Amino acid sequence: MAPPQDVPSAVPAIQDLCRELTERLGLLGVAVNLTSGHGSAGVIAASDDRCRRLDELQFSTGEGPCYDAVQWSRPVLTPDLANEGTARWPGYTSTALAGGVEAVFAFPLQVGAMCLGVMDVYGAQSGSLTDEQLGSALTYARRATEILLDGGPGLGDAIAHRAEIYQAQGMVMVARGEGAAAALARMRAHAFAHDLSLLTLALQILAGHELLEDE
Amino acid sequence: MISTQRLSRVFVEVADTLVADFDLIEFLHNLADHTAAVSDAASVGLMLADEHGKLHYMAASTEGAKHLELFQLQHAEGPCLDCYRTGQPVTISDLTAEEARWPAFTSRAREAGVRSVHAFPMRLRDRVLGALNVFDEDPVSFRPEDVKVVQALADIATIAIIQERAISRAETLTEQLQGALNSRIVIEQAKGMIAQRQGVDVDTAFDRLREHARRGQVRLAELARAVVDGTADVPASEG
Repeated sequence: MAPPQDVPSAVPAIQDLCRELTERLGLLGVAVNLTSGHGSAGVIAASDDRCRRLDELQFSTGEGPCYDAVQWSRPVLTPDLANEGTARWPGYTSTALAGGVEAVFAFPLQVGAMCLGVMDVYGAQSGSLTDEQLGSALTYARRATEILLDGGPGLGDAIAHRAEIYQAQGMVMVARGEGAAAALARMRAHAFAHDLSLLTLALQILAGHELLEDE
Repeated sequence: MISTQRLSRVFVEVADTLVADFDLIEFLHNLADHTAAVSDAASVGLMLADEHGKLHYMAASTEGAKHLELFQLQHAEGPCLDCYRTGQPVTISDLTAEEARWPAFTSRAREAGVRSVHAFPMRLRDRVLGALNVFDEDPVSFRPEDVKVVQALADIATIAIIQERAISRAETLTEQLQGALNSRIVIEQAKGMIAQRQGVDVDTAFDRLREHARRGQVRLAELARAVVDGTADVPASEG
């Protein structure tokens, strides 16, 4: 599922996120790649060239944590690549280990059934993320999702998980005959333009007062 | 209060369900139904916390219980939140005595005809994953043995989430929790699509989604994903 946002224009902001997160985590680096429904994919940003090459390795070997993260719609956390990766992703693991990586943490950039890509965090030494590092990575993954979606402002913790937003998204998808990413981007744009919170707009949609038809 | 006959049936069914590749959300809904049945409660709801310690609604045996759970999340007050925060059971046999503690929740519960709440933590070692909450229409006091049984059902929910009794990797818990929270969002997206397509409210849409998954013996989250991807649809009514 292609993101509605023009990808090249989102790249600088994603690039900044990769660098910021790397600094915050104190780890080897971060890369973001895109997924499409047709199987084509690619790395769009990385904290440095080494991490970009490490991330591209998954696509050249056709295996790795980012594939599993997309397939299972959840993070795939591999704190000890040598022990956990060899059986799962033999080709990828041997090359990544040779490239100086001992831990990989893959976070899908997703909102429900909509998956735009994966953010991979690389560690030079094996070891689990601390709770604080994990929290930071999840927060940055959500921010990257929002940038890819429409470049708009963050949803904020308070409402990001309200069921009504996603129910309204499903209604808009059907009413407008468009995909999940486009429908959510449309709702966010409408809320922003009319100075409504996304939740308020979602409640109006659910009440049948608004389907974003007349724009 | 707890019927042992019913209870043994529940454990058999739970053991049957807890195989590889089961559907967590559907499982939690069934567990809520079963817990309500064995404890003769009006309704039961389940909430799970994310990595930031923020609670999310996951499943309920009735729409009423769902709305009471969502109300507590929206108003940041209530027995289920306190249970999660403290990691201890919260047993309120009569809510009318708790107005000072939870002014908004007690008033909403009264409107909903709920008089009594028992909230049980879902614990994994020193971590609290969420809470299982039992709502009654009359003042009810759980006996100590009833508390043990419902706590055991809450522990089953924990086991279902981690999918293994001895969790060796801390990472597994994060992966499963994040996956479950995302599955919940997929289901909400599918509910909205079905509601819009069939001109019904989202609760009716959920009933139809769940019924269709049961009849076709497919996982609820999987069917919801197929609906959002446009590769499956749910009929307006099952003939």
